[in-house]
Amino acid sequence: MKTDNTNKNKYSLVCGLEIHAELKTNSKLFCGCKNDPFGAEKPNIYTCPTCLGMPGGSPVANKKAIEWTIKVGLALGCKINLFSKFDRKNYFYPDLPKSYQISQYDLPFCYDGVLETSFGPVGITRIHLEEDTGKLLHKTIEKVNSAGREAGLGHGKQVSLIDFNRSSVPLMEIVTEPDIHSAEQAKEYAKEIRKILKYLDVADCDMDQGGMRLEANISLAPIDKNNPSSKLSKLPNYKVEVKNINSFRFMEQAIDFEMGRQAEILNDGKVPTQETRGWNSVKSITFSQRTKEDSEDYRYFPDPDLPPIRYSRENIEAMRAELPELPAQKSKRWATEYGVEERYSKQLISHEIFANWLEESFKICVKEKIEPNKFAGALINKNIRVSHVMSSIIAVEEFKKLSQTDEVADDEIISVITDVISQNNDAVIKFKSGDTKVIGFFIGQTMRKLGKKVDNKKLGELLLNELKK
Amino acid sequence: MSNKITTAQIKHIADLASIPISEKEENSLRDAFEETLDVISELQSVDVTGVEPTHQVTGFENVLREDIVNEENMFSQADALKNSKHTYDGYFVVPRIIDEK
Ligand SMILES: [Zn+2]
Repeated sequence: MKTDNTNKNKYSLVCGLEIHAELKTNSKLFCGCKNDPFGAEKPNIYTCPTCLGMPGGSPVANKKAIEWTIKVGLALGCKINLFSKFDRKNYFYPDLPKSYQISQYDLPFCYDGVLETSFGPVGITRIHLEEDTGKLLHKTIEKVNSAGREAGLGHGKQVSLIDFNRSSVPLMEIVTEPDIHSAEQAKEYAKEIRKILKYLDVADCDMDQGGMRLEANISLAPIDKNNPSSKLSKLPNYKVEVKNINSFRFMEQAIDFEMGRQAEILNDGKVPTQETRGWNSVKSITFSQRTKEDSEDYRYFPDPDLPPIRYSRENIEAMRAELPELPAQKSKRWATEYGVEERYSKQLISHEIFANWLEESFKICVKEKIEPNKFAGALINKNIRVSHVMSSIIAVEEFKKLSQTDEVADDEIISVITDVISQNNDAVIKFKSGDTKVIGFFIGQTMRKLGKKVDNKKLGELLLNELKK
Repeated sequence: MSNKITTAQIKHIADLASIPISEKEENSLRDAFEETLDVISELQSVDVTGVEPTHQVTGFENVLREDIVNEENMFSQADALKNSKHTYDGYFVVPRIIDEK
């Protein structure tokens, strides 16, 4: 189901995103167990009384996880609650050993931020820190040992298996305002968040493994026909939450699907049911997830095991001062300072260490009278292979060698070109029928035969002359 | 007793607590709940003008730990699974959660 154009002119998407990301601290959020659920060789090897929810377990919050959450908040222009606390969110589910999840209710660490996208700003409502749950695996038992605790499990029995290695791993949740008005914008926003988390080195955001999870709150608002560009005056009176989306592409598809589905319901004069839906990536559809009637009654209350947390304004300012320049700001500055196109820098800036290395290289380029933008382009096209362990001086040297050309007489080049043309009749026919892409093939062939490096532009011109003969 | 509890409220609370209750238990719980609410009502008559609300009485703040792995406190897989009724391949086993489609 795709939104057709009539619907696109009739309704505007109103969408907010919730992004969960696991923080890559050494230890878990409330105990000293190892935080490495994806690297663990076996299930249930990183647990203790606290993260298994046993009586007597006593949680103590991980300082680094809190500081990283605040760091992300500051990077996203959030205000910081100087006084905050952890609360218990009560519900029953087998992956939650205590029958409550420690989360934050009314005093999240960060609130009221913003992230710019090319479609407009997206307001950040809040960022809070909570503990992840265990991981469930649904399985049909095939073979059981006749002895021990597997004995009661008959062949063919359908069960759920639980691994608590992930239980109480620090999980950050970033919630936006309903400021997202297209699937493309949702994708851009989510990708930028991922980039920032990786750049700040606080999360790996491995989506396949579930290290970063997306949820979209989706509804449609009718567009005012007389004034289509006017801002939406009020929000729709329903919203559909699509959960468990584990790729940017699926999120885009889920939003598009929901827009079509909801538009049809609205066209019939009805209101879509307020509900939680899942994404079926095989059928590319969303489906209703029946939740228990009272599932929203979480009865949050402050966790009595965890004293509140207080920061001073000075603490927060010190954290702000330590914040590195973020990818988007860096891209802008590089464009003005070094003339590096943003389409290059946006691809190149991945980690802080590599970004610093790049800047060092650009500085050397300037000294050597090489355009940093050309150097950046060569990196993108993998014409030179580098890493940050290679010194910038050597990398620029490599680039110089690459862009150096040999002095070759035109006659010599033309004679090779004629050879190449006569040996590749098929490609010539393609070229003559308008397929100009084959010119790259001719350049490559000529270069190889020549065994020397000539200026690409010059070679291209000579080739065109000969081909047109 | 001035506070009244309905059967629906008792069922709701039992559901939230995931504890099945009999009709007999329902009646005794009704009395107990109403009595508790009466005590709360009495507390509400206390004059708390000028008293800051709080949710903890220890006065502690910022009780945090450094991000260090404590191997000593971690269970072996066998110990972690020791009290479980059913295990399979190193996992805890529960009846199938029907959540997928
Ligand atoms: Zn633990």
